[in-house]
Amino acid sequence: MSDDDLRSLINETLVRRHRRRGLSPDYPVLRGTAQNPDVFFQSREASNSFYRACPTIVQDVMDRFADRLGRSYRLFDYVGAPDADRVIVMMGSGCGAVEETIEHLHRCGEKVGLLKVRLFRPFAVDAFFSGIPKTVSSIAVLDRTKEPGSIGEPLYLDVIAAFHESCSLAQPLPRIIGGRYGLSSKEFTPAMAKSVFDELKKSAPKNHFTIGIQDDVTHTSLEYDPEFFTEHPDTVRAVLYGLGSDGTVGANKNSIKIIGKRPNTYAQGYFVYDSKKAGSVTVSHLRFGPRPIRSSYLISKANFVACHQFQFLERMNVLKTAEDGAIFLLNAPFSSAEAWNHLPKPMQENILRKRLNLYVIDAYKVARETGMGNRINTIMQTCFFAISGVLPREESIAAIKDAIRETYGKRGDAVVEKNFAAVDHTLEQLHKVSVPEQASSSLPILPSVPRQAPEFVRNVLGAMLAGQGDSLPVSAMPIDGTFLTGTSKWEKRNIAQEIPVWDEKLCIQCGKCVLVCPHAVIRAKVYDAARLAGAPPTFKSAKPQWRELESLRYTLQISPEDCTGCQLCVEICPVKSKSEAKHKAINMTPQEPLRKPESLNWDFFAALPDCDRGRLAHSHVKDVQLLEPLFEFSGARAGCGETPYIKLLTQLFGDRLLIANATGCSSIYGGNLPTTPYTVNQHGRGPAWSNSLFEDNAEFGLGMWLAADKRADYARILLARQASLLGDKFVQDLLTADQGSEAGIAAQRNRVLALKQRLASLDSPDAQNLAALADSLVRKSVWLVGGDGWAYDIGAGGLDHVLGSGANVNVLVLDTEVYSNTGGQMSKATPRAAVAKFAAGGKRTVKKDLALEAISYGSVYVARVAMGGNDTQTVKAFLEAEAYDGPSLIIAYSHCIAHGYDMAFGMQQQKAAVLSGYWPLMRYDPALRLQGKNPFQLDSRSPTMPLEKYAYQEARYSTLARSDPQTARELLALAQADVDRRWKVYSNYAESIETPNLADPEPVASAKDTSSRGETK
Amino acid sequence: MDITTTYLGLPLRSPIVASASPMCDSIANIRRFEENGIGAVVLPSLFEEQLELEGQSVRADLSRGAESFPESLNYFPDLHNYNLGPDAYLELIHQAKEGVSIPVIASLNGISMGGWTRYARLIEQAGAAALELNIYDIVTDARHKGSRVEKDYCELVTEIKSGIHIPVAVKISRFFTAMANVAKQLDDAGADGLVLFNRFYQPDIDIDALEIVPSLTLSESSELRLRLHWVAILYENVCANMAVTGGVHTSRDVLKAMMAGAHVAMMTSAFFKNGIRHAKVVLHEMTQWMEEHEYESIRQMRGSMSRRAAPNPSAFDRANYLRVLSSYTLNPRRSTNDQISGTAETQ
Repeated sequence: MSDDDLRSLINETLVRRHRRRGLSPDYPVLRGTAQNPDVFFQSREASNSFYRACPTIVQDVMDRFADRLGRSYRLFDYVGAPDADRVIVMMGSGCGAVEETIEHLHRCGEKVGLLKVRLFRPFAVDAFFSGIPKTVSSIAVLDRTKEPGSIGEPLYLDVIAAFHESCSLAQPLPRIIGGRYGLSSKEFTPAMAKSVFDELKKSAPKNHFTIGIQDDVTHTSLEYDPEFFTEHPDTVRAVLYGLGSDGTVGANKNSIKIIGKRPNTYAQGYFVYDSKKAGSVTVSHLRFGPRPIRSSYLISKANFVACHQFQFLERMNVLKTAEDGAIFLLNAPFSSAEAWNHLPKPMQENILRKRLNLYVIDAYKVARETGMGNRINTIMQTCFFAISGVLPREESIAAIKDAIRETYGKRGDAVVEKNFAAVDHTLEQLHKVSVPEQASSSLPILPSVPRQAPEFVRNVLGAMLAGQGDSLPVSAMPIDGTFLTGTSKWEKRNIAQEIPVWDEKLCIQCGKCVLVCPHAVIRAKVYDAARLAGAPPTFKSAKPQWRELESLRYTLQISPEDCTGCQLCVEICPVKSKSEAKHKAINMTPQEPLRKPESLNWDFFAALPDCDRGRLAHSHVKDVQLLEPLFEFSGARAGCGETPYIKLLTQLFGDRLLIANATGCSSIYGGNLPTTPYTVNQHGRGPAWSNSLFEDNAEFGLGMWLAADKRADYARILLARQASLLGDKFVQDLLTADQGSEAGIAAQRNRVLALKQRLASLDSPDAQNLAALADSLVRKSVWLVGGDGWAYDIGAGGLDHVLGSGANVNVLVLDTEVYSNTGGQMSKATPRAAVAKFAAGGKRTVKKDLALEAISYGSVYVARVAMGGNDTQTVKAFLEAEAYDGPSLIIAYSHCIAHGYDMAFGMQQQKAAVLSGYWPLMRYDPALRLQGKNPFQLDSRSPTMPLEKYAYQEARYSTLARSDPQTARELLALAQADVDRRWKVYSNYAESIETPNLADPEPVASAKDTSSRGETK
Repeated sequence: MDITTTYLGLPLRSPIVASASPMCDSIANIRRFEENGIGAVVLPSLFEEQLELEGQSVRADLSRGAESFPESLNYFPDLHNYNLGPDAYLELIHQAKEGVSIPVIASLNGISMGGWTRYARLIEQAGAAALELNIYDIVTDARHKGSRVEKDYCELVTEIKSGIHIPVAVKISRFFTAMANVAKQLDDAGADGLVLFNRFYQPDIDIDALEIVPSLTLSESSELRLRLHWVAILYENVCANMAVTGGVHTSRDVLKAMMAGAHVAMMTSAFFKNGIRHAKVVLHEMTQWMEEHEYESIRQMRGSMSRRAAPNPSAFDRANYLRVLSSYTLNPRRSTNDQISGTAETQ
């Protein structure tokens, strides 16, 4: 549709009138009045005529659109038998599946139809009835939504009302039932549509039904036959399995463009992603054919299946959708002669039973040989065209090359040439396998989670992991959205090609690798030497390099199947071998040969006891490595810069931690099903976590704190009331406990345990209530966690409210400086001169200084940290923030894939950010004021590196320098000036700002009394 | 005083040429070179490998993490143009040609035969007066024979000469067993000039961080002697014009180069140390010296101290080594260290 087409639909006179109605001091008016009960009602009715006119206007535009472009729409479009007895009413993309079903049923002699709603509101009743055949006797209205507690969903209720208002008493109403389908893109297929039509045949059809799920609780669901199939046989139906990182989806989108450009050829693609950001699996569903494709659902019978990653075969049945005689293309690290022997037995049997045509290519070998690195997209795309028959081979190869030129041309000739070479080389390396007559393999397809996993993990989460989530019945789901934590450990993803291996002789046990590991796969323990009895043969240990722990043993262990292979640990390792400098204390090594022995080692290691927390100095990075993380194996990207901070949070305060998490990356890797990374310690305690919305997280967390605080308050009241029964001193100890240290908290836990025991023998309501609340007497730590999109932008107002409230909450801002979760859109945290979406020409304004904003209160603890810049300062800031009796804000520099460089170097880049002065490290501790000290502490030194040296390591800056050097130079100069100016401001604060004044009011503005302060954090 | 010369068939107003360096990558600097009497400039090298790596790195940066997660199918806006080809370099040639009247010589370092020839043609089309092939290649493969390397270089020169019409100089390394023969082979292959010698980046070792640190130190006048030695030997043994590069810092250095037989003396380190205005000083001192010593022209002195023309040509042969060695040995005041460094330098 051209701009002229669009313009032809617009009445310019009306546009001019609209503009004239805009607010202007040249012809002033006032809108948005506060209206009193006398006139508000009338005002609402005054606009009725516009709603009444709207449908006619919309139809008029639709008609003009049809005249100009030949595509005709009505407010309600009817398709199907003119004399239909059964009709479905619905709107949106599901109509394609119903329409396809109607065509099929029509050929079988059934009289069915579909009324597609084009304009929902204002609901044009006349137009609705003009679309419905007079012959209809029963109607099913499908809504893609659920209105809990309502009689029915919105479209259903409108249709009911339309009939009741318009049909005369003499005329019998058709039977009308309503149903729900397709929530959150749940599959809606012709089989399901047929089931609805079949239901309409019944004398007492089920109303308020669901279709597409199995409701075994309230029995709303309709049965359907999954084998019902309506697709045309000449449609090419391809299902391709790949990794997000291997370019499969991009290549498939390209293929759709290539094929769709041909005359009289139709193409469709739909891409399914899993919920992981590292090693995510993608499934591409592609259809091509000579007639328009209305199949608005995933392919269930494919005549072409491709598996771009051989390791998928281990746990996944990729041939589930393959129909008899289909082509199966497999990327295997073997020759075509060897590949068969490496297939699992069920797959071999599947291939033989379905008489599949198996083609094999070693795409990674071709990629290496043609200089493509590990990008196999072009290679697998070439294979698809070569054997799918969707286009003549020569034509398709030429088309691929044209597409390569178009896609990569502007990224340099060399890239184009390499892709061309890959295309040519692929055709020589692609071979058809002549399969034997019998399956010979003994390899099984492994279960998605181990058999020793808890039942819920095995049966529910395991089904989701295996791609069988659609088949889970309603009864499998928790009724209130509450899920177990600690489930990510059951999902062994094996996505790393290489994993770190510890050299115990070289290691100085500094703990930096443990600290930076984003997925908590590197851990350290010290334990009694006697525990080594029965250790697996390759289990390593060393003498601990702590004077007070020297009698024990130390082990640094890697979980081989959970590692993502990011290499942050290797890059941060400060030790190099004196005889071979490239050899460090941990070194990347191929995973496959290590998988079994290191898994055994990991299991043995996991069973070792953790070090007594009381023996460790929690402010030392070296000691922090021995604190158990309660955040592990998340779906965050390999090398993620955010998760090390969250992991640290759980190491320090995990067993009394409440997290309110803003929507964003941290809510996805933190709480996306199937498995979740927050976990529990040996006592069953660990972080409790919830996510509400993007915009309300600060208030949401404040609510958590208020609830925890109120529980503790009430417990104290109950304690005081029962002091004589429980023992005055005992109660006094509980009420006045110093919980400022790990030891103090442990002591309080013991008191609470004793309290519960004493309460067990009391049966008064107060005693029972106190027993239920006793745990709240142990100090809780409430953290509001989110990214810069939340803290700087969308939730800024709420955050400000919470910081100003004086409440004893802690805020952790994972500052990646863009909206990372949605693909790098600019936020107010985006630095000047960086490119981001919505700032393609480089951001022109300076990054907001959230730290200074919070400091302006004078009563908020504020820290800017960068783990790679100074890990000790980071740990210190976390401890101080948590200990501070009032609001605390930590702004954590988090490197991110959206910065555009290999994240293995994330920590080095954080260091450069600090050295360049771009990210000055500071802490503002209002508590220091009471000690007569300056609360502002600048923790980094004067810049020693120009901003440019830091910035141009990252594509977010360097791409602008490439595409628009002049603007890049100007913006970088301004950005350098920003750095200089901020450094001056911070230096001034650190040197002189607040004259210490002991007479200052206490920094916390909390309205609470002293006795309750500090008890709920 | 006639200080003009010719190089690669191009008439130059003076024998000093600014060799390839980052100083020559802006039109403003090139103008300043011209203002200060330089005969020609060699632009910094266009590295085919760098173009390729940049293309790959931009692709990697833009596609990292793409198409993996439904809410973030990519992370960067498409900026449409990343200036990744040779266009910026070709534009520099074009601007320099338009902006100055002295010859502008382009420099090229390729990694594939196709790349060398393609970029050579583009450079010619952009208006370069001549092309210097910067054969910057460190053969680390122990199986790769020297004869093969020499053959490859010669084939490269022949191939490039057949594709373009502007003169071609070859900047070579000093690490050949039979330098005279290599020079002759390149001469036969059609090289219009030989630039002696390339100074490689010499990686240093950081013993604290245990890392290899790439470094390029500025040249010193002492490096000149090796160049003089070989120019003097090759003079009139090859048809190609010769340029001395590496160690030319003063007017006396330039004069030595001319007397050894070079057509031009190339400078960079001296400009880094003293600024572009240093060219004017050197030319002034050179002219003064020539006047004092009653030389009429550069042409007159060219090759006057070559191996063929020098009064004691054996000084260019092995005898020189022996004499120097013995003179060191016979001098009791020198320390052992001095002897070692002195000997090594002479080698």
